[in-house]
Amino acid sequence: MSPSALELAGAVRSGERSAREVVEGSLRAIAGGDHAIHAFLEVLADRALADADRVDAAVAAGSDPGALAGVPVALKDNLCTRGVPTTCSSRILAGWRPPYDATVVERLRAAGAVIVGKTNMDEFAMGSSTENSCSGPSRNPHDHGRVPGGSSGGSAAAVAAGFVPLSLGSDTGGSIRQPAAFCGVVGMKPTYGLVSRYGLVAFASSLDQVGPLGATVADVAATFEVIAGHDARDSTSLRAPAPDILASVGEGVVGKRIGLVTELVDGVDHEVAARVREAAEAMTAAGASVEEVSIPQFRYGLAAYYLIAPAEASSNLARFDGVRYGLRVEAPDVAAMNVATRTAGFGAEVKRRIMLGTYALSAGYYDAYYARAQRVRTLVSDGFAYAYAKFDALLGATTPTTAFALGEHTEDPLSMYLSDTCTVPASLAGHPAISVPFGTDRAGLPVGIQAMAPALGEATLFALAGALERAAPGAAGGDR
Amino acid sequence: MSETSAPAGWELVVGLEVHCELATRTKLFCGCPNAFGAEPNTNVCPVCLGLPGSLPVLNRRAVELAMRIGAALHAEIAPSVFHRKYYFYPDMPKDFQISQYDAPINRGGRLELPDGLVVGIERAHLVEDTGKTTHVGGTGRIGGADYALVDYNRAGVPLVEIVSAPDIRSAAQARAYAGELRAILVATGSSDGRMEEGSMRVDANVSVRRPGAPFGTRCEIKNLNSMRSLGRAIEFEAARQAEVLEGGGTVTQQTRHWDEDRGVTLPMRSKEEADDYRYFPEPDLVPLAPDGRWQAEVAASIEPLPAERRAALHRLVGGEPTPAQADQVRSVVASDLDTLVVAACERGAPAPLALVRAANEVAADLTRAPDLDPDAFAKLLMLEGSGELSASQSKAVLAELLVGGGDPAEVARRLGFEPMDRGALDEVIAQVIAEHPEDWARFVAGEDKLKGPLIGAVRRATDNQADPAAVARHLDGLRAARA
Repeated sequence: MSPSALELAGAVRSGERSAREVVEGSLRAIAGGDHAIHAFLEVLADRALADADRVDAAVAAGSDPGALAGVPVALKDNLCTRGVPTTCSSRILAGWRPPYDATVVERLRAAGAVIVGKTNMDEFAMGSSTENSCSGPSRNPHDHGRVPGGSSGGSAAAVAAGFVPLSLGSDTGGSIRQPAAFCGVVGMKPTYGLVSRYGLVAFASSLDQVGPLGATVADVAATFEVIAGHDARDSTSLRAPAPDILASVGEGVVGKRIGLVTELVDGVDHEVAARVREAAEAMTAAGASVEEVSIPQFRYGLAAYYLIAPAEASSNLARFDGVRYGLRVEAPDVAAMNVATRTAGFGAEVKRRIMLGTYALSAGYYDAYYARAQRVRTLVSDGFAYAYAKFDALLGATTPTTAFALGEHTEDPLSMYLSDTCTVPASLAGHPAISVPFGTDRAGLPVGIQAMAPALGEATLFALAGALERAAPGAAGGDR
Repeated sequence: MSETSAPAGWELVVGLEVHCELATRTKLFCGCPNAFGAEPNTNVCPVCLGLPGSLPVLNRRAVELAMRIGAALHAEIAPSVFHRKYYFYPDMPKDFQISQYDAPINRGGRLELPDGLVVGIERAHLVEDTGKTTHVGGTGRIGGADYALVDYNRAGVPLVEIVSAPDIRSAAQARAYAGELRAILVATGSSDGRMEEGSMRVDANVSVRRPGAPFGTRCEIKNLNSMRSLGRAIEFEAARQAEVLEGGGTVTQQTRHWDEDRGVTLPMRSKEEADDYRYFPEPDLVPLAPDGRWQAEVAASIEPLPAERRAALHRLVGGEPTPAQADQVRSVVASDLDTLVVAACERGAPAPLALVRAANEVAADLTRAPDLDPDAFAKLLMLEGSGELSASQSKAVLAELLVGGGDPAEVARRLGFEPMDRGALDEVIAQVIAEHPEDWARFVAGEDKLKGPLIGAVRRATDNQADPAAVARHLDGLRAARA
């Protein structure tokens, strides 16, 4: 069992271990194992060691090296890193080096974390398997014939493979939680607006949130504390203070009212459903009152999501036109160059969603599609409001199945989309949600339990997540 | 400017869309300087270049200036939403433009022109500017250039687009509207209104119809970079449309470009296939709803508008203004000299004289005008009004005051103008009356035409130092005393 991020930070802060030693260990693990996983698009060895030395210098100087001092962190490749390629796993961004760091990257570094590399993803975060990457798929560390999930598949696999104790992903419709579930790690999507999106290459602006993935709930909570908080560079950033959350991980669920969402149990694979029911029983045993609740509006979530997200994406991705950065395919005039560049630069799934979104926003179709989808989004929020009138938090499956095989859904986009059905409702509502590993299926593949809480309910969410982690069969995270 | 700009038998219908750059320090959604004339692509950052991952943050000052424009146009300041207007063009960094669409910050309103015509305002909304493309080589035109250069310094500069109702009926009215709007933009501190630098750009929607008929099909004319172009382009376009219609044709709705050199409008792109901008609410910005307190603060911060200032001057002069006085009032307000005129009048200067000297001599030297001491100006006008200085002497003294200041009486002495005191003038007039008894008798009997020769005689006797107006008033006074 490798040490947790908080254990590593503690050791570095106390001078017991050097940041360089910790980072070298991570780089060795990547060098030794990533050829089989392909979690990383870019490993930043020199940079990481230089950063580690700065942390060590701070420790030696007696100044505070930060809460995540010396902790190796992997970043999804849609987070801008100054001077370091940021490609979103797309040919169209080949060679682009942002002139700035994303806010979350600044905050991680300020907290002493050391960025060791950029991870593989579905192109522009569109996908649920990391197979839509221009540099080829990542593989699930539990079974190399299976996908790690997506779109933050590289970030989830990097943690599951033990390359890094922590990573950041982004979640638009489940892109942190679903790969976390597939890879058997903890992955959290914060309340919309709690974590700055500045420097996150946009997929669907009204849904995108950056969040942490880690081996333990406490590590994820500590990372969330570091990256959350108001940012003047993001107009949708909430003015709420960064919550003090770490303490709530051990609080337990005594007296908490927890709703088990029928729609997130029925209809999922029976082995996944079995783990969800066991988790619910475990929470009852831990002192919560658990009741089943049906939120029928959830059934329409996926359809609304697959109109809203592509609509926003079609507009967000317009800027990749070959004029200013990234790929340019020469052509006789500007319009032809735009078309040639986009034709060559975008993969099939991205093109599919741009077309879907463009159609949904077109004059004459806007009301029937985009506007209607927004009304359904409100309905889903209403469903949550109804449930949260009775419950402090909700439970369900994170995914309908455990990790599927590489190539299993690539020929049928719609079946791939169904992989997001359990995670999309919290995304549409902007609520926080987390996936916590809870046992396996018969094949030994991890199952993720999804906990959800109302907006800004992170304290409740982490209390429930901590309790799930402690109750999990053969708990990997253990009772820290 | 001719008022008969519509071809015979046709009525001209014009609506104007005016884009004005707001006088903010920074751009609409980022901290880059909003400045004209910098080296290309130096006032740029990830946000205004639309780099992946960047996000817009609304400039509070731009909202405030937009509200000032709204308040000055008597618009309703309403909760508003930004939309994305989506089309591919190299000078748009994001390939969409952030603009207000169906929920603009200013709704409705009106603008009263100096001649009293009221033009309706449909909306005045916030929008970001695009970059600037320069076509290089070949013909230099869009289709025939070798390559294009794009300068993004202007990308993201805040604009307010002011859309008028189709209430304008002549090229002269269009120019008057644009002029008055510019005066309001300047007076509210919202924009510098410089057409030559592109900080105020006008598009004209022009159509013609038979009087009383429904509106005709309109064409939008772009590239109107001066008041002169605006007037010429409207007149040309009206004539062109009338000719098309008189020849049995139909006007095609299209965007046309004004070619200043050739004096013609030319089609830019046809609107047969209506552009689909795929507007949708900008998810990176939150809805904008200035509260009542902020609105009240903005309304209170607005200086008096040109129309009010003109009215104040008219009240000062009193009575029905002559056409010359109306022009002087317009000119004085346009040159920001009304405070000087008011200050001089408060100190006892005659209003008509203050107006004419401000509109002519002071307005001719606007660089020095701000330093002109109102006390000295008032004193000078009183010297002239009482006849102690002639008009030409007064102008000469005023020129000196503008350059070096000083006391008008002393300046006059230095220039060798012996200020004629009242007693001296009385003496000369008495002498002239004595020398021309017949003329005087006929003047007293009511023959006004003899006033001129009498004034001439007084002026000759004073080496042209006596002010003709003062002499005339004096002669009138003496006659009245006899009657």
